[in-house]
Formats: sequence, C-alpha cells, structure tokens
Amino acid sequence: MEIFAQQLVNGLVLGSIYALVALGYTMVYGILGLINFAHGDITMIGALVSITVVQLLAAAGMPAAVTLVLAGGVAMVVCVILGVSIERVAYRPLRRAPRLAPLITAIGISILLQYSAALIWGKQYIAMPELIEPTRISIAGAQLTDLQAAIFLLACLIMAGLLWFIKTSRMGRAMRATEQNPDVAGLMGVNTNTVIAFTFVLGSAIGAIAGLMVVLYYGLGHYFMGFMLGLKAFTAAVLGGIGNVAGAVLGGLLLGVIESLASGYIGDLTGGVLGSNYRDIFAFLVLVLVLVLKPSGLMGQHSGDRA
Amino acid sequence: MNFSATFGTLSSNPHWRRMAWIVIALILLAAPFLIEATLGRSWVRITDVALLFIMLALGLNIVVGFAGLLDLGYIAFFAVGAYSYALLASPQLGIHWPFLLLLPLGAAVAALFGILLGAPTLRLRGDYLAIVTLGFGEIIRVFLNNLNRPVNITNGPQGITLIDPLQMGGFSLSQSHSFAGLTFSPVHSYYFVFLVCAVLSIIISLRLENSRVGRAWMAIRDDELAASAMGINTRNVKLLAFAMGATFGGLAGALFASFQGFISPESFHLIDSIMVLCMVVLGGMGNVAGVVLGAVLLTALPEALRYIGPLQQSWFGEILVEPSDARMLLFGLALVLMMLLRPSGILPPRRRRMAPPSLVTNRATG
Repeated sequence: MEIFAQQLVNGLVLGSIYALVALGYTMVYGILGLINFAHGDITMIGALVSITVVQLLAAAGMPAAVTLVLAGGVAMVVCVILGVSIERVAYRPLRRAPRLAPLITAIGISILLQYSAALIWGKQYIAMPELIEPTRISIAGAQLTDLQAAIFLLACLIMAGLLWFIKTSRMGRAMRATEQNPDVAGLMGVNTNTVIAFTFVLGSAIGAIAGLMVVLYYGLGHYFMGFMLGLKAFTAAVLGGIGNVAGAVLGGLLLGVIESLASGYIGDLTGGVLGSNYRDIFAFLVLVLVLVLKPSGLMGQHSGDRA
Repeated sequence: MNFSATFGTLSSNPHWRRMAWIVIALILLAAPFLIEATLGRSWVRITDVALLFIMLALGLNIVVGFAGLLDLGYIAFFAVGAYSYALLASPQLGIHWPFLLLLPLGAAVAALFGILLGAPTLRLRGDYLAIVTLGFGEIIRVFLNNLNRPVNITNGPQGITLIDPLQMGGFSLSQSHSFAGLTFSPVHSYYFVFLVCAVLSIIISLRLENSRVGRAWMAIRDDELAASAMGINTRNVKLLAFAMGATFGGLAGALFASFQGFISPESFHLIDSIMVLCMVVLGGMGNVAGVVLGAVLLTALPEALRYIGPLQQSWFGEILVEPSDARMLLFGLALVLMMLLRPSGILPPRRRRMAPPSLVTNRATG
C-alpha cells in the first residue's frame, strides 16, 4: 500500500509536467491540425536556458526565489520568441500545402533545435545547481519533497488559469472560434493569424515553465531530452482527446500515474522477467490502446474522419 | 521543363531508348570500380549502403507514397529483418542457416510484423497513424535493447557480432575473388548482390504502381471514402500495403546484417525512420524515380558533409562546429527549406498533380 501511495504521488507530480507540455500540443493541434513536433524541443530549450540562468545567478549569489523567477522568465521569453518565429517561418507558409509538408518541416525544425542546443550546451548531461535544500513532507505514507509539491501546485495553477482564460477572455473565444472553423472565424472579424501566433506564444511559454520544472525535478538537462518528453506529452494529449485543453490536463495526470504505477509494479507482476527499464513503452502502449479503443480520447467530442 | 521535353523525345525513340538502357547498365556494372578509382574504397561501401537505402525507401514509398499512410516507425521492419537474419546466422544462438532460406524468412517475419502493426491501426488516419507507428518503432527498439535477460536473446545494447556473410556452397562474399582479371573484394561482391536486389525492387515498385492494387492504394490515398464506395476493400488493401512495405524493409535488413556482420539496436533509431521518410519525401513521394534519387542523395549528402571538418580547419584554422552536428544541422535546414520551396519533392509524381487541390490540402483550410 505504501508503494502504491508513493508511486501515485510520483506519478501525479510527473503527470502535471506532462500535462503542461501536452497543452502546447493540443492547442496547436486543435487550431492547425498539425502535430507540432518541435514543441518537445522548445521545452528542452526552456530547460537548458533556465539551467544556464540559474548557474549564472547562483554564482552571483542571488537568493534562490529570485533566481528561479528570473530563470523561468528568461526561459519563457526565449521560448516564446522561438515558438512564434517557428510558426511564422516554417508553418504559416505551408498552411495550404499537402498535409505531410508541415509535418516534415516540423521534424526538420525539431532536428535543428536539438543540434543547435548540442552546439550551445554540448552533448553531455548538464546538472542543475541545487538551490534549496529540499524538505521532506509525508502524505498518507508517501514521501515527497516540498519542491515536488510546489511543482504540482504551480502546474495546477497554470492549467486552471489557462482553462479560465480560454473560457472567458476575448482572445480565448477567438481561439475557440478559430479551432471550430478558421475561415468562418476570419469572416466574423477574428484575425486568425494573430490567434494562431498567440496560441504558439501561450504554448511555448507554458512549455518553458514545464522545461524548468523538469530540470528541477530530475536535476539534469540534455539536448535530446525534449524527444521523449514530447512523445509522452503528445500521448497524454491524445489520451485526453486531442484538441481538448481540459483533456490534455486529465491525460497528462493519468499518463504520469499509469507510468509510475506500471513501472513500479511490473517487476512484481511478471516475476522479475520485465523490469522498470521497460518504463518508456507504457506511454506507447497507452497510446495504441486509446487509439484503437477510443480514438477520440477520453474527453474528445468529435473524432470525425481524422481519427 | 526543357530537360524533360528533350528527355521525352529521346525516350520515345525506341532505338535511343535501348542505347540509353545499355549505357546505364554498363555504368552501373562498372560503378564500383570507377568509384574506387576516383573516390576510394570507402565510397564503394557508401554506394552499397545507398543501394540498401533505395530498397528501404522504395518499401516505405509503397506505404507512404502509394497508399498515403504515414509511417514514422518504418526502420522497425528493417530491424526485424536484420535481427531475424542475425539470430539465425551467428554464434549468438549457435544457429547457422543458409542465407537463401534466411532472406525470404527475414522478409516474411517483417511482413508479419507489418500486418501486426497494420491490423490495429487501420482505422487511424494521417497524424494519428504517424504517432502510433512511431511508438511501434520505439517499442521494437526498447525490446531489442532489453531482451538480453532473463534469457539472452538479442544480447541487448551490445548487439550481435560475427554474423555470417552471404555464402553459397564454398563461395563466400566475405572473401576476395578474382574474375576476368578483376579483383572483387567483399564491398564489390556485395555491390552486385545489392544492385540486383535494388533493381528488382525498382521493377516491382513500377509494376505495382500500375497494377490493380497500386491503383487501389492511390485511390485510398486520394479519398478513402470514394475508394470504398468504388468497391475497394480498404482494410485488406491497406494491410497489403503495410505487409508489402515491411517485406522490402525486412529484406533490406537481412542483407544489411550480412553485409555489416554486426548489428545493435543503435542502428534502428527514430532518426533512421525519419531519414528514410525524408528520402521518400525529398525525392518525390509516390514517384519511383524520385524516391531512388532521394535515397542516393540523402545517403551521399551526409557522407559528403563529413568533409566539413577539414574544410573548417583550412578556412578558420580550427574546428568550430563538430562535423557530425553540422551534418544534422544542415540536414534539418534542408528538410525545412525543401518543404517550403518544393513541397512535392524534387521529382513530383505526375498523377498527384491531377488530383483536385481540395483533397490533398491541410485541414486548416476548412
């Protein structure tokens, strides 16, 4: 039972990070119908930028809270600039091109980002300096650090804020209109180009925060880290029903929990034949199962002919 | 295009056509010796690899180009073929079956995996299918990496070594042979084996394209609903595309294993799937000539880019950018630019242009 509670808590913390990244995928997919392959790598850039900022500021002797806020801020600015330029250069000219074309440019951009990062930061793992000595909290027999709790709470706050924003604000309404039908939204006076660019702003900013959280959680960053993270986040988005923002949140949390529990118990269940080194395949198994059994995802309203 | 017009008149003249074919055949036969004389032995090896990639790209072209099913895990079939061959022809399990048996076996196992992947994913279309196939490719790699315990089957990340070369009777391709005054080292011998296989793949692809099945694939690609209304059994036809594509991949994989003598899961990463996809897309999806061109270009380009290192040395006096990184950067850039400037590839298929644009455009248009 204790293992269960522990894995559940681990899964929720990790899942909240997946959910944040999944938001970026699901918003872009909802509006453009495009898998933004580069989104995981934008998160990676956010992570590595924040490590660099923290390294610089920690050396200068800044207090931890200021350092973290500044690191997050700089990472957000860098990622937003990147995300918007990628949309402008690689996706916008291809909006009416054959379907596969933007997917291929997305893969190209992803490779570009990875190897630019390899040039800047090198190919080795980079360690995040430990800012605060973590205090352990115990909830229902599960151990977690205050850092993990903070990550989880902040992620929930961001997700709630985003849901509220999309539901109530003028821009949020424009985003929903563009998602339903870009042409008609344009006729109704919505500047769809601005809306799409704004979607990338939101997605990249949230991705940057997620990147900071990942390096805080694992303490390590790497130029290739965006790949697996992106895949899992995409799986989370599909699990929740791609294009559905609330679905991405649910999918992310669920995937985190499934992955934690599965890799925690697989050794016992299979009598030690399969170990936790199979961790990464659970996400894909979930993905395949969802797509086969309920292609519209848990909260997707329309599957249409694309599913 | 002036060039294609000239080529058109030339190719319509049967006499010229026959001459052209003879010249091409002679060039292909002399190629390994010409390449060795001009560029060196390592480029003969690269040519061999290019021939393998032609087979791979043609196989993926059946799935992506003809049937319009985006497969991002295609390298998994290559891996399955390679591992089937390696396990049954190496000291790993102590089995040494003859390659004439193993080649069709590798292809058949890969085809089986193609059907295994295809069956549950047939209802998916487009991007969803892409992600599932990508996941499938990763699952295969994770298993290859971890199936070294509790029972050691794949030897894990270390891979399988000492794989038997192609041999028949006493004739082994791993030794040098002299014939008609020419010395055939292993890279030369493999070149001719691969050449035969690649040419066969090209012929099969061309024949498939104009066959009943090929037309059915393209009908599904352009409009699945209309295709099924015309009486095409879309499920079986799509499965056939998966199986056929996987067969090409498995065959190429088995040949690769015997050629290298060593395989490990490292050779079957997602980036390799993407590389093969890029060959198809860059050359011109659905066009056999384009795909062959794409495969040759993309095998040669990264190798040629290896000279970036010495070039930097002579220009700047030091190596500013790691050559392997520079290759990948240029590669990513090439993908983006290619799609922006020529979204249908270098040699776009003729049939594609006839399709009404509304059927092939992005969803965002409406």
